Amino acid sequence: MAQRALPITTALLVAGMVILPVTAVLWRGGGPGALGPAEWAALRFTLWQAAVSAALSVALAVPVARGLARRTFPGRGTLIALMGAPFILPVIVAILGLLAVFGGSGLVNRIGAPLGVPRLDIYGYHGVILAHVFFNLPLAVRLLLQGWLDIPAERFRLAAALDAPVWRVLEWPMLRRVCPGAFAVIFVICLGSFAVALTLGGGPRATTVELAIYQAFRFDFDLGKAATLAALQLVLGLAAGAFALRVAPSGGFGIGLDRQRDRWDGATPMARAADGLWITFAAAFLLLPLLSVAVAGLPGLAQMPAEVWSAAARSLALALGATALTLALALPLLTAPGETAALLGIAVSGLVLGTGYFLLLQPIIRPGDVALPVTMLVNALMALPFVIRILRPGLESARADYGRLAAALGLSGWRLWRIVYLPRLRRPLGFAAGLTAALSMGDLGVITLFADGDNATLPLQIYRLMGSYQMEAARAAALLLLVLSLGLFWGFDRGGRGHVAA
Amino acid sequence: MKALPLVAGLMIATSAVAETPVLTVYAPDYFASEWGPGPGIEAAFEARCGCDLVYKTGELLPRLLLEGARTEADVAIGLNSDITKKARDSGLFAPHGLDLSTLTLPVEWMDDTFLPFNYSHTAFIYDNTKVTEPPASFDALLEAPDDLRLVIQDPRSSVSGLALVLWVNHVYGDKAAEAWSKLAPKIVTVTKGWSEAYGMFTDGEADMVLSFTTSPAYHIMAEEDLSKSAAIFPEGHYFMVELAAKLAGTDNPDLADQFMAFILTEEFQSMIPTSNWSFPAALPKEKWPEGFQNLPVPEKVLFYNEDEAAAMRDEAVEAWRSALSQ
Repeated sequence: MAQRALPITTALLVAGMVILPVTAVLWRGGGPGALGPAEWAALRFTLWQAAVSAALSVALAVPVARGLARRTFPGRGTLIALMGAPFILPVIVAILGLLAVFGGSGLVNRIGAPLGVPRLDIYGYHGVILAHVFFNLPLAVRLLLQGWLDIPAERFRLAAALDAPVWRVLEWPMLRRVCPGAFAVIFVICLGSFAVALTLGGGPRATTVELAIYQAFRFDFDLGKAATLAALQLVLGLAAGAFALRVAPSGGFGIGLDRQRDRWDGATPMARAADGLWITFAAAFLLLPLLSVAVAGLPGLAQMPAEVWSAAARSLALALGATALTLALALPLLTAPGETAALLGIAVSGLVLGTGYFLLLQPIIRPGDVALPVTMLVNALMALPFVIRILRPGLESARADYGRLAAALGLSGWRLWRIVYLPRLRRPLGFAAGLTAALSMGDLGVITLFADGDNATLPLQIYRLMGSYQMEAARAAALLLLVLSLGLFWGFDRGGRGHVAA
Repeated sequence: MKALPLVAGLMIATSAVAETPVLTVYAPDYFASEWGPGPGIEAAFEARCGCDLVYKTGELLPRLLLEGARTEADVAIGLNSDITKKARDSGLFAPHGLDLSTLTLPVEWMDDTFLPFNYSHTAFIYDNTKVTEPPASFDALLEAPDDLRLVIQDPRSSVSGLALVLWVNHVYGDKAAEAWSKLAPKIVTVTKGWSEAYGMFTDGEADMVLSFTTSPAYHIMAEEDLSKSAAIFPEGHYFMVELAAKLAGTDNPDLADQFMAFILTEEFQSMIPTSNWSFPAALPKEKWPEGFQNLPVPEKVLFYNEDEAAAMRDEAVEAWRSALSQ
């Protein structure tokens, strides 16, 4: 009984923590607002770009993750860790980083022009997709890589011994299980895009639902409309989650002995060349913009104001708190309904979520006093879907493989987790914790409504610097943010991988 | 027992703190940071009021509207003239009761509630080492070759973007849609806010960026960089003003009044140019810093009052949207 009650209670709690604030905004706005043609056009564009971005991210991730799964080379671990960085950059920094490579006077055009290559114009629908793939390809690669690593080494051995096609008997079934979930998560992230889509999309053609929410909130103060649009986002997020759960078959590859993998199938020169090419392509695509962020940040590092350091300390504390909270919420939610409930958190506009909490809390407490706890909670709600997506496949295989043995031994409750599940989940737990910490570092979240003058986070500080013409200091602060986020990510991820050869 | 004197001491200390009146000022995010005008204003006002001035920053008007009558704010500073209608209609603000004859704005200002503290004009900023022949008028900008790359802000998410749309409307009236379709091919992209656009410009991603006539002052005075100029158009430039207002429900009306009056003093006004990087609203030009006195300013200043702006906003934004969506 108690074992069933906890997941259900947590799922209801998480769903409530999203639905309640949205309802509060809706109620304050005097009910649902009517949507005009502009909003419906925004909805169509949002759906289209999210579907294309997610499909392309997952499709490109397949060869890259496969290459990373079957090759070992010096610096592989560092490369995998660094590739997580685009996902966690604050939007404004990522945009400037991307433009430094793909923009009108970016690297690609500066190299291409003397060679007579036609000028690349990044602004347009292709720019939106490129930017979203830049943000989400690393996540897709990591999720798929996890899938590859979950195939026990013994299956590859058996396949090699029988001369069976690895792709058909092992990799394709694994991808069918992992890809729908990865697609759903990325689709839902892209539903919330605003500044990236607008800037890279080249103007109002690339108007998303999130922009319409911002406009309704900021200029029209039409809370009814803002909440209606947020509810629409929720429905779309739920639909994506339901789709992923429906099309993904369950079942795993069974138990293994955690041996070092040997990939006899990847030994041909063709396979080596293809893997090398894909890894190089992904590394260049993801790392060059990051490099430009780092280079742009160097000159300002020496004269970074003291406020930046205190904001950095605050952001670090926030990230660690959000990580603990996320994992505590995630562990009871590693079920299909739990995953659907959690998808709500990322589907809904952070602005509406923040406004809802503001409305709910303001009669009871001064908003400035709870700025950091509320930001932590909202960050946890937003990270939850990723964490569950990362952990669930591992837990399900562990349950299928060791459940009967554990039951025979009479293991249950916390002891079952401690002895069986947590050690099996060590690697995904590390990755999930790293991702949450890094995401919370970079998120602007709801702080703009709650913050007082003196409790700014690092991303907010970057915006403040830019707003006061301090572009150089802002770039330096962005570099600091990048280093701290990566440090957190790397630390947790490394801890999760431990002694096992990854 | 030994704890008693300590507790008593603490109580005395707390009541002493409680006796220092607190003036809560809501401000936009940039305002209270180390590089904004906030800290200087706070120190100067605290020196004369014997009070504690506390800023609360963030989304200014939305936050006030959300809080309604329950707000802690005594004064709001940093409201924009294009959204004051919404602010006025909320009934949250009280008249300031100040004599406005010392204002030095380029437009007439009679508002009894919203008090200007700084202003500037919309303008396209360019790098004069790269754009050697900048467009000399708005018409010339429309007719400029399409390889002149502009970055602007979205009027649906940014006040400066909204000001541009009103600017075009003021200059071109019925022909605004036509003007936008001439501008469209030159507009590289549209950003959510000013910072993204200005960052793209300083990175060399655009030749001209929508900003303010006062932007070059920052580069000239703080960076000794003379390469940034504002293109001045004879058709006129749109006026942008930032305002302060007293909350009707303030529990410190005297202190709030004192702060409102402080805004018009020379001490306050002379801090504006080099911390807010804009023109002071009530300071004669000869008292401006030299860098500001030498800035080229438009002869003609265009402005819609809040009723006019509110009435034409939707249509003007729609003209912009449909031209740029082609």
